[in-house]
Formats: sequence, structure tokens, C-alpha cells
Amino acid sequence: MRLLTHNMLSSNIKGVTNGFPLLIEAEKVVEKAVDFNEDFLKNMFAKIEWKALVDASKTMGYAELPDNVESSMLDSDEFLQKFHHALLELHLEEGALVCPETGRKFPVSKGIPNMLLHEDEV
Amino acid sequence: MTSRPELQAPPEIFYNDDEARKYTSSSRIIDIQAKLSERAVELLALPEDGVPRLLLDIGCGSGLSGETLTEYGHQWIGLDISESMLSIALEREVEGDLMLGDMGQGLGLRPGVIDGAISISAVQWLCNADKSSHDPRLRLKAFFGSLYRSLARGARAVLQVYPENLAQRELILGFAMRSGFSGGVVVDFPHSTKKRKEYLVLTCGPPSLSSATPKGKAEDGESCSDEESSGDEQNQSVYVADRNRPRKKQKLNKKGKGREWVMRKKEQMRRKGNTVPLDTKYTARKRKARF
Repeated sequence: MRLLTHNMLSSNIKGVTNGFPLLIEAEKVVEKAVDFNEDFLKNMFAKIEWKALVDASKTMGYAELPDNVESSMLDSDEFLQKFHHALLELHLEEGALVCPETGRKFPVSKGIPNMLLHEDEV
Repeated sequence: MTSRPELQAPPEIFYNDDEARKYTSSSRIIDIQAKLSERAVELLALPEDGVPRLLLDIGCGSGLSGETLTEYGHQWIGLDISESMLSIALEREVEGDLMLGDMGQGLGLRPGVIDGAISISAVQWLCNADKSSHDPRLRLKAFFGSLYRSLARGARAVLQVYPENLAQRELILGFAMRSGFSGGVVVDFPHSTKKRKEYLVLTCGPPSLSSATPKGKAEDGESCSDEESSGDEQNQSVYVADRNRPRKKQKLNKKGKGREWVMRKKEQMRRKGNTVPLDTKYTARKRKARF
């Protein structure tokens, strides 16, 4: 699972009001090279919750992202490369996602998060 | 023996390892899936500016439909309830992200982040109640509600469905409209039993010119003409449903009942023996507008 998906996911448990961002418990992180596409990054930038992305990439062992960003930084190629790497190339292979409110763990195995809820959580 | 998989077992059980492998090794199914997803992307009508979008594939299965999205250069997130299908998708090394989840429990995505959603032959599963806790209505509501929230405004969702009958079609479409989508059903090849394919084309937001439902495809590859779809009810291939029902017609007669009517009613009440206020010059007189 890439951090792109992590940035979109929020906890869906009944009664949870703020299920974003899910905390990451990383056991195994892999990197896979993906084609760089500037347009996609610029398009996604507005939709990304930056703080969640920075925190998530730190728990995955990548601390290159700046804490504060503004849209003018999108012109810098160096920044875009880092953004690209964090967003699309870091994969959480094994570990868990943890709901920030209830502490419920969603296990991640082989890169697939199991987001199935129990009956009493729907 | 029925041929509808929906009637045989719940999806996470029906698509076991055997079925998942069969599904993905049959060249016929691969071909059909690819065509369906190509058509779905066409109906999504994303702006043609070459910018990759973030799409959602609901019921992605082994990633056959996702591969089409990758071919178009988009990034996608796939959701499926069958672990076996997802592990086949892993073997096939699809490029999108996969997620094990139940669409009937809601999608669990942040609001307004997805640029479009497709779903190939999946949504009709929601009409089944496979567990005692399942209520198709609640599940459809949760699904369409969360889909509406996660889509960006003006984004489309194209859901190819195989409804079992008219009631199911109405149920699915009804819940889509109630969650705020506008749009309708596009039927490709309406005259062929086998080739007939239905797509729910839903747009996030109120109906507008840009959200007008596209035409279905006819046998000769051209779109159904207007005459054909409006001339005969049986042949109708495209219909647009609007979630805004016409308001109840307001009474044109604003004058009210009048003094005569009030006097008659008062007389009636008196005859019944009720206490009725005296008739004065103020009885049934209209209040000043300033009041």
C-alpha cells in the first residue's frame, strides 16, 4: 500500500468522528520505482493532507519531506522528486494501520490492508 | 442450478481460490472485462488533458479492470471483499493499490479526494443479504453515501451492473439518487440478451448539461438514435432520473375561505352546542399585511 492510499483512507468504524489519519505500524517497507509524472503530483498536491503524509513517511523511515509546504514549492524539481518518492514509491508491505480514536488495528499483509469491519463496528 | 453467482454464495466465499483462478485464466472473461472497463472509462468522461487522475475501482477483483485504468495512465485504488481474488491481483502485479474491504460497510475514504470511480459487475451483490446482520437497503445507503462523499464535486462514477430484475434496478438507482447523485442508466446493446450491458452513470452534484447521461451503444456500434429511444416505450434505452421531485403544486387560490364559509361553519358549530365566539365586524376579516 502506498502513502497515496494511506492519505485517502480514514477509519470507518461506527461512532468514530475523526478517523484520519490512520497511524502506521510498519514492519516491512519496500520501495518500488514508479514513473515520475509532474502533472499528477501537481494535481494531487491540493488533495493531500500534508501533515499526515510527512508523519506517515517518517514512520516508514523517510524523513526528507519538509514540514511546511506552499504551492510555490511545486516549481522546484527537487521537491517534486521527494514528494513523488514519498507518495508513490514507498509501500507498506507488512504491518498495521491503527484507528486514531479507538485504537483498532487493521492488519496489512502483502501490501493489502484489511479494512473489513466486524458486525458491531458497522 | 442457477447461473447467477449472486444466488450461489456470498462474494467472499464464491470467489475462492479455484473460482478466482478460473475467472482470471479464462480469455473470454478477460476480454469481456477489458471491454466493459474500457467503456466505463469512456463514460467517465475525464477531461482529456493527459493528467493522470486518482480513480477508484470498486470490486476490483483480480485487477482486470484496473489494468485498463493503468493503460490509460491513471492511478487507482482497488477495493474487493475476496482475498483470493486480491491475491491473484498481487500475482499479476497490478499497479494500483489494493484494499480488502466490504463496499456495503462504506468506503472509508476522506471526502472529495477521488476523481472518478468505476465498478465492473459488482454493485448488484449489495442487493443480497448474506448474513443475518445484512440489510440490503442499509448497505446500499452506506455504499452510495460514502461514494458520494469521497468523490470530488462534478466527478463521475460509472457502475456496470447486472441487476436481476426491475425491482433490483430500481432499488440500486433509487439509493444512488437519494444519496445525492444525478444521472441515470446507459444501456448498451438493448436488443441483445447476451450483449446487453447496463451502466449506472452517476455524477456528483445536481443535474446539469455536463452531467447529461450519454447514449447507449446499439448493435451496429453507433449510438441509439433519439427516435428509437423516445418513440417506443419498450425500446427505450436511456432514461434519466432526477433526484429533485417536482414540488407539490401550490394552491393558486390565495384568497382563503372567505366570510361566508366562516359564518356557515360557526353556525354548524352552534347547532352542535359548541361555544362559538360572537359574530362581529372582525369575523373572518383579513389581517393587515404589516401584522
